[in-house]
Amino acid sequence: MILKPRLEDLKIIGFYLGKIILGLAFTMVVPILAGLCFKELNPALDFLISIEISVFLGLLLLKICHTDKDLNWMQGMIVVSLSWIVAMFLGAVPLYLSGHWKSFLDACFDAMSGFATTGLVLVQDLDHMSYTHNLWRHLIMFLGGQGIVVIALSFFVRGFSGAFKMYVGEARDERILPNVVHTSRFIWLVSFVYLVLGTIALGITGIFNGMKPLNSFFHGACIFMAAFDTGGFSPQSQSILYYHSMPYEIITVIIMVLGALNFKLHYHLWMGNRKEIFRNIETSTLFVTIIITFSIVAVGLAQMGSYPSAVTLFRKGFYQLISGHTGTGFQTIYPQQFLSDWNNLALVGVTMAMALGGAVCSTTGAIKMLRIGIIFKAFKEDLKRIIVPERALVIEKFHHIKEVFLEDKLVRSALIITLAYIILYGLGALVGMFYGYPFLNALFESTSAAANVGLSCGITSISMPAALKITYIIQMWAGRLEFMSVFTILGFLIAAVKGK
Amino acid sequence: MKINLKSVLLILLISLAFYPKASVFCQNLSSSELIGNAKEYDAKLVTYAGEVIGDIMVRGEFAWVNISDGDNALGVWINASLLKEINFTGNYKNRGDKVEVTGIFHRACPEHGGDLDIHAQSLRKLGIGRIVNQRLNLDKKNLSIVLFGALILIWILTLFKHK
Repeated sequence: MILKPRLEDLKIIGFYLGKIILGLAFTMVVPILAGLCFKELNPALDFLISIEISVFLGLLLLKICHTDKDLNWMQGMIVVSLSWIVAMFLGAVPLYLSGHWKSFLDACFDAMSGFATTGLVLVQDLDHMSYTHNLWRHLIMFLGGQGIVVIALSFFVRGFSGAFKMYVGEARDERILPNVVHTSRFIWLVSFVYLVLGTIALGITGIFNGMKPLNSFFHGACIFMAAFDTGGFSPQSQSILYYHSMPYEIITVIIMVLGALNFKLHYHLWMGNRKEIFRNIETSTLFVTIIITFSIVAVGLAQMGSYPSAVTLFRKGFYQLISGHTGTGFQTIYPQQFLSDWNNLALVGVTMAMALGGAVCSTTGAIKMLRIGIIFKAFKEDLKRIIVPERALVIEKFHHIKEVFLEDKLVRSALIITLAYIILYGLGALVGMFYGYPFLNALFESTSAAANVGLSCGITSISMPAALKITYIIQMWAGRLEFMSVFTILGFLIAAVKGK
Repeated sequence: MKINLKSVLLILLISLAFYPKASVFCQNLSSSELIGNAKEYDAKLVTYAGEVIGDIMVRGEFAWVNISDGDNALGVWINASLLKEINFTGNYKNRGDKVEVTGIFHRACPEHGGDLDIHAQSLRKLGIGRIVNQRLNLDKKNLSIVLFGALILIWILTLFKHK
């Protein structure tokens, strides 16, 4: 029997949602300060309006739904999935007010793309956007990459057991430190240290490239946030092509790869356990999949004869591939060039890389390396069982921080999530094909949205149908949260209708 | 002297046939045309016009400028001395100078890591940019005041509820 949700459930969900909204409102202070520093008063006003709406809504929920009760699993999951939807709407308000988006739906699309660290954009006239709004676009990637709930856990929520339920709901099922709040804070520490180092590296490179110092460091900070959080927004419409710089490309590749690594691995590397990077199943799987997918891309590009030399083929092919594999979405080619200069084989290579993604407990989306590694190990185990005598005991292990026995429940869980992603990629492609796009183009764009990548072959534009925009928004949301909290909210809605 | 039209046409056709490949001239192409038909225009002389945006990135004797025609921005590799006339580059506070560049278009430039770019030979300024007047938007100001009032109201209401 399905139980209808009680009023108490709604109150608890509303109360914690209110807390997260207040946390989100607090982050809007950053662009307001930037607006005042850069003397951009109208953009600062956009954020003042947005912060007022957010605080109003947050306070209203806190007061109406006031409770002292803790979250249970279902409520925690629903709070997370609703938080991301509410964040999309509230985050889109300042974007829409800027006048750079044709409709509120387009602003919502970019807000979800930012929070989910996807990088697909519908923004117009980006090259004339204020520092204030540009900072917000990249900041939402930084916030979304760590997790909206992680922000709330780190700074606004103190010691309650429901914290872990929300933390898991945000697709972070690994605790780095025993306490989930400490884990959240460690994630922030790692991100801030890299933010400072990355901004300095990109800022100095920008100055050597001939950029003005202020612009150079501003771009450095924005590009770092988009690269480390594997987001893919950029302050200029040409993405990384704007900089015309190989050092810039090399630094962004390093940052993208760092962003694609597990925060738990970062922790062990910071603690001096450097061997872990070579032993870990995720890094070894990432290495293998990069080689395989790049080989496919390289063969495709060589067949096509798109680039004048092997060096340029490597530079263009490898950059788009790493950008796709890490789920970032930076481009050093124009979207149309994917269709004109890349053949189907090369496109399939990038699509595969996008579908696979980076490490779990990182800022990337998609199936992720741990699951691919586990599935491969399970396949290997089954093959061994066929080969060895029937009485022989076959035990497979893998190294992920520690030695882990390959259990059936791990394989099952990895396969379910993998299957869910494949279905999500396929559904988006079906909708794309329904609107007349060729299969491979539709699959490419759908995978890019659902795997939170952001590479585009040109489908994503203001002229695409509203239903396709909504499809991609849902894909970005479901892909970022890795289904669990999305399934919970669906179950909750069904229970609300059919429950007794 | 009487000019024979047929002879003139014949000379013109012969000279066109022997004209170097890189010198096929295309008048004012848009960025979409260039990107969409990159193979067709590859290594050909093209003319492209738009607004100078972002930074002018000087690299020794040459510089990179990004020129946007509203649809896309294209990278233009140009002798830095030709950029002396540029006063404004487009950003939030400025509209950049409008320029027209003529140069060799590359679908995948061998000199610049396979970038799609134009190696400009000449630059002509079509229009002067300007500083964009940033007046305070009164509608937004009024809306923020109304919302602030609503916030105060909800705060007062919560105080009553607590009591």
